[in-house]
Formats: sequence, C-alpha cells, structure tokens
Amino acid sequence: MTRQMTGAKMVVQALREQGVEVVFGYPGGAVLPIYDEIFQQNDIRHILVRHEQGAIHAAEGYARATGKPGVVLVTSGPGATNVVTGIVDALMDSIPIVVLSGQVPTFMIGSDAFQEGDTVGITRPCTKMNWLVKETDKLAETIHQAFHVATAGRPGPVLVDIPKDVQFATGTYVEKPKARTDHYAPRVKGDIEAITRMVEMIETAERPVFYTGGGVINSGPAASQLLREFVEATGFPVTSTLMGLGAYPASGKSWLGMLGMHGTYQANWVMHDCDVMLNIGARFDDRITGRINAFSPGSKKVHVDIDPSSINKVIRADVPIIGDVGHVLEDALKIWKARGRKVNREALARWWKQIDEWRAVDCLAYKPSATSIRPQHAVARLEALTKGMDRYITTEVGQHQMWAAQYLGFEDPNRWMTSGGLGTMGYGLPASIGVQIAHPQALVINVAGEASWLMNMQEMGTAIQYRAPVKQFILNNERLGMVRQWQELLHGERYSHSWSEALPDFVKLAEAFGCKGIRCDNEADLDDAIREMIAYDGPVIFDCLVEKHENCFPMIPSGNAHNQMLLGEAETQGVIGASGAVLV
Amino acid sequence: MSPLQIKQGSSKHSAYDLRDPNAELIETHTLAVIVDNESGVLARVIGLFSARGYNIDSLTVAEVDHLGHRSRITVVTSGTPQVIIQIKAQLERMVIVHAVHDLTVEGPSVQRELALFKVRGKGEARIEALRLAEIFRANVVDSTLESFVFEMTGTPEKVDAFAELMRPLGLVEVARTGVAALARGA
Repeated sequence: MTRQMTGAKMVVQALREQGVEVVFGYPGGAVLPIYDEIFQQNDIRHILVRHEQGAIHAAEGYARATGKPGVVLVTSGPGATNVVTGIVDALMDSIPIVVLSGQVPTFMIGSDAFQEGDTVGITRPCTKMNWLVKETDKLAETIHQAFHVATAGRPGPVLVDIPKDVQFATGTYVEKPKARTDHYAPRVKGDIEAITRMVEMIETAERPVFYTGGGVINSGPAASQLLREFVEATGFPVTSTLMGLGAYPASGKSWLGMLGMHGTYQANWVMHDCDVMLNIGARFDDRITGRINAFSPGSKKVHVDIDPSSINKVIRADVPIIGDVGHVLEDALKIWKARGRKVNREALARWWKQIDEWRAVDCLAYKPSATSIRPQHAVARLEALTKGMDRYITTEVGQHQMWAAQYLGFEDPNRWMTSGGLGTMGYGLPASIGVQIAHPQALVINVAGEASWLMNMQEMGTAIQYRAPVKQFILNNERLGMVRQWQELLHGERYSHSWSEALPDFVKLAEAFGCKGIRCDNEADLDDAIREMIAYDGPVIFDCLVEKHENCFPMIPSGNAHNQMLLGEAETQGVIGASGAVLV
Repeated sequence: MSPLQIKQGSSKHSAYDLRDPNAELIETHTLAVIVDNESGVLARVIGLFSARGYNIDSLTVAEVDHLGHRSRITVVTSGTPQVIIQIKAQLERMVIVHAVHDLTVEGPSVQRELALFKVRGKGEARIEALRLAEIFRANVVDSTLESFVFEMTGTPEKVDAFAELMRPLGLVEVARTGVAALARGA
C-alpha cells in the first residue's frame, strides 16, 4: 500500500513511527506547515522553548536521561544557526540528536531569501550526517535514516533540512522497515582474539585500573551492569571520566572518584602508577591525560571503543578493541569466567594498600566557613539531603560543575548530564527542563554558576509554561570562577573581565518569572533552605551566595602529569610553566 | 645509495615494513575513497581534512559507477604514520564513505596524472620544446606559430620533470588533474 501525504504530514508520521514522544522546538516561517500538522494531532508533544539553543540542550538532557534520541524542530536561517552550539555539544559528547530544520523553498535556495542560511553547509562539519531534502518522496526515508545514523554506532547529532515547498507538496510515505539503512552499520562485536588478550592481562595484572567513560553510559544500562559485575568479580579499582559518572556506583567499594584535571588524588595516582589500564568507552581526552608523554608511563593499555578513530588518536593502545562496550564486556566476562576467574590476588592486595594510602590524603576535604558558604559544602549538603531520592543532576560549566562531579555521588547511569567535551555554558538550565519533561515526577536539579546560568535564563519561561519543577541551584560567587582561578594561577592575578558588576536579584527574578526564589548566604541556614527548595512543588531559583575566591582542587595544572597535582592554595605559586600556559 | 642507508619509512616497495609507528617521519600516501555520489560529499571529505589539519597534496574526484551511485576520490596526503592511520579511521567512519583503500600500503599501484602545458617560444627554443615533448611522449594538442599546448599523462614525478624542462623554454601555463590511482593486479 502506498500512502500519499504532504511532506509536513510525513514529518509527523515518521516521528510517530520512530516512537518520538516529545519534540523541542520553536516555530518560524519555513516550518509553519509542520507546526500546522503538530497542531492537529496529540501523539507527539511539542515543548516550546524561548531560544533555539534552549531547544537543543533540552533535547540533549532528554536524550541522556532516557537513552532515546532527542528531537529538535526549528525554522530556517537564525532558527538553524541558533542550534549550532548544541549540535557541536552533542557531537563532542556523543548524544543522539535529530534536528529538523525548515528551509526556504527549493526554488529560492541560493537567492539570499529572507531567513535563508546554508544550513547543511554550516552544520556539515558538526553533524554525524546531514541532508537537504529536495523531493517530498525522499523525505520520510531520509528521516528514518537520520534516526538510524544518530543512534547507531557512536551516537551523535544529525540534521534534516526541509524546504517549505517540500513540506507542502504531496509524495509517497516510506515506512520505517522499508527505509534503506544498511549502508551504515558500525561494528558492535569486538574481536575475540583481542578480547582474549585483554582477559590475559586482567589475569596477571598487578596494578590494574578500570578507566571508564561515556561509552559505558551510551551502550545502555546493561553495559553498566556488566561493568559492575566485572569490577566486583575482579576486585579492581575503577575510576571514570566526567561523562561516565554513574556507570559504577559512587557508593561501591572499588570506586576511586573521577579522574583528570580536577579528579581525585587517588584516581590520578592510580592512573599514573598502574600496570594495566582498561579503558572502557573513554577517549583519552586532554582533561584526562594531562601531559601526554608523562601519561601513565608504565602501563599496558587496553582501549575499548566503538569508534575506530578514537583508537590511537591520542594515546597508543597496546590492545585496541573496536566494538560496543556492552558486547565487549559481555564477551570478556564470559571468557574470563571460562578460564577460571583468575586474578593476581596478592599483588592486588598490595595495590589496594597503596590506594588506601592515597585515599587517606582525603583530597576533597575543605574547611567550613563562618562568614559565608563554601561552595564545596553547598554541594556536599545538597548531596546529603537528596541522597536516595529519584534524582537527576544537570550542570552548567565551570567550577560548580567540577564540585558537582566531586561531591555528588551517582549511583546509576543516565542521572548526570553535563557538557563535557565542548564545555557549553548555558547548557544546564535547558537540559534540566529536558530531563524533567522525560521524568515528570523526579527531582531534577541544575547545579549552576550564576554566569553560566544567565546565558540561557530565558528558559525559566519554558519551565513555568510546562510546569517543569526544575531546581536551579546557583552557586553564586559573582565571578566567572574558573576563569578567575586560571587568571590567579596563570596571569598574575589580573582578573580581566571575570566578574559581573550588574547581577540580577535572583529572588526577584524568580518572582518575575512566576516561580519561587530562595537566597541563602550562610552555612547555618543552608540545610533548611535546601529542604525548602526540594519541598516546593514548582521551579525554584536558589541563589546560594558562596565564597568568592574559592579555587577548585585537586588540580593538575596544564602541561603537567597525573602525579603533579595541586591539593590546595599553598601549592599554587608558579605552577604552570610557559609550555603549559598555551594549553587551555 | 647503499641498502644500509635506507631510511625507515622510505621503503614502501620493500618486502620489509621498516616503518616505526611512533616515528615522527612524514610519509606520503595515496588513498582511494569510495563514496556515495551525492551533493556535498566532496565538501564533507575536504572539510574533514581542513578541520583536523591534515594535508591534501592532490585530489581528484569523479563518478565511477553511475548505477551504483558511487564516486571515487583519490587523495594524496602526507603526515606521520599515526596521522595517516587517523585520517583513514576518520574517513572510514563517515556515513557517506563505503571504503578507504590505502594504495601505498596495500601493494603496488599505478598512479597517473594528466597535465596540459602551454609553451610560448620561437626558433631554437620552440624546436627544443618539441623534441623534449617527443622524449616525454607528450602530444601537441594545440599549436600557433608562437606556441604549443602539450598534453601528457604520467606519474606526478614525470609531470614535474617535464615542467622543469619546459620552464626555460617558455612555459607560461600548466593545468594538472591531480593523481588517479589503481592497485595493480586483479
């Protein structure tokens, strides 16, 4: 049976067939036919944002909290260019996102028409794939292919640009099972020979470590389960990148905390001194490795990644395994069990003794403040008072993000959404809305800094409109904290443009939006204030006035090695050399 | 040059692979990239090279299979062994790319380039140009009383050599297609 329908109807039908429940978007001239179709149905919910960047970050939050692709609908020209930051963000963090953008009619393309932009040209380098659909007959199949590409292999953003005349014209709808998708089929099963070599290394390792990343989360909850089983069965220590938090529970006894530039003392020492490094779905990002030629000098490295281009990109892998984390872990576990579940117990006991000495340094300790609130304390109290709740955390970018990663404990995957690779300020508020739309009953908190938060604060309007009770927990130091920290360490304490002289009154701002505002400026009142935030049935803007010049530690200064961490203020004099200063 | 002075990495035709994957040695590789013939595909491939700072020494592209909707991009690139591996991995993961063949490592290959040379001259220089063209098996495809246009096919090295010889004889313009390459054998 061939089904004839307009392009606009096809869009909605294809989304329905793909199981899409929510679309984040903003209408405009070039997508009006699609919006007209959205108006005439009830299967797909449309969330109207206040700025297209908000739409794509909300879709990212939605995608990461559900494991399903996030869908964005925007108009041509400025609508499309406003989502570019989010597209790059999704590419860097491997988030499945499908962007549908309107375009001027095909006969006007190239004429500098009103709201015309070369959307496929602009987004070509920052999508996994993009399409300009010039015939209505190809529209449905292209959308199905777009969903396939976004979710298959290493997930990422895709974009389908749909000219307005293609939306109006009638064509044949192609159903999902009939869409041609076989040309893109990334390999998911790892090479058994390589996996066997990995198992051999596990059996004999004296100082092993699981170094896990976002790939474990992206592989699905089963991969996290397998990782947990593997870690428990071997008794190996485990650390994670920023993107992988929650794959292994923070309460687990093998947990070392996050690694990298602001990772824990024990995690970074373990990475430096290990003899077998098991990289499971991480990509040796520069925040992780520090100085490349001093990175874990004595270890043999196994690298499991679904993307072949991640292998040997930064760090040479002794045993590269290309495949999906879940599949590889399943095979590895099976082989390891079949070979008799061997590990080097004596050596492992010595390794843990050493690790316990590093843990005893207690690198995340901080002193309480009598005059204001230590930001670390604010996050630690947030953790204590929300522990065990059905909780999702998003963040903006900067010091608060690192403190959130250090002081919050994540017990499950898909509970933590932060902009890792791109470091997009303004990510957290819209992302929190996307998460809340996916999980209406859950407690969704955006741990924010006031500067990042202001970048997309217009989205509070979206939160109010859709009754998304997101909690905006703003650590307000009236500074661009991380910029200020680097200026202190690197630029002779010349604080060039790193503070805001005209901040809004956040409580009044909350009232202006029509939600609740809470301010807290001392540690004595903090717990009650946080409880009040949690208890309030609606969005809250929490203005937490914290210590203005607090620095984030531990810190591996740029250009240094894992065993050259700074633990506190006393160690910060002249720590970054000229070669480190050019790094970011 | 004695065999003992062979530099590592310079031995692409040797039976022994002497290349050290960690060496900071620049190698030149010819890649054949089979892609979907659709709009924007060349921009996608070139964009990858510019975005990641890879070199393009030569590039040709044309549809080679009309029914199968396939084009072949032949790209000559240079970089350290690690960079070359990375280029191939980055190309292979692109949705529009069907296959990447590294003709430099996959065995012997034939590499050819077509070039046109405009040479202006009179008298002895003009005769000398014609004589050299004959040696290089270049054809005269256009002639006036004061100029020739020569057409020549060959390896890039041969094209370079011919251009060098024509320069003092009045070479005014060169057009080259870039390298097209195929693996030898069946």
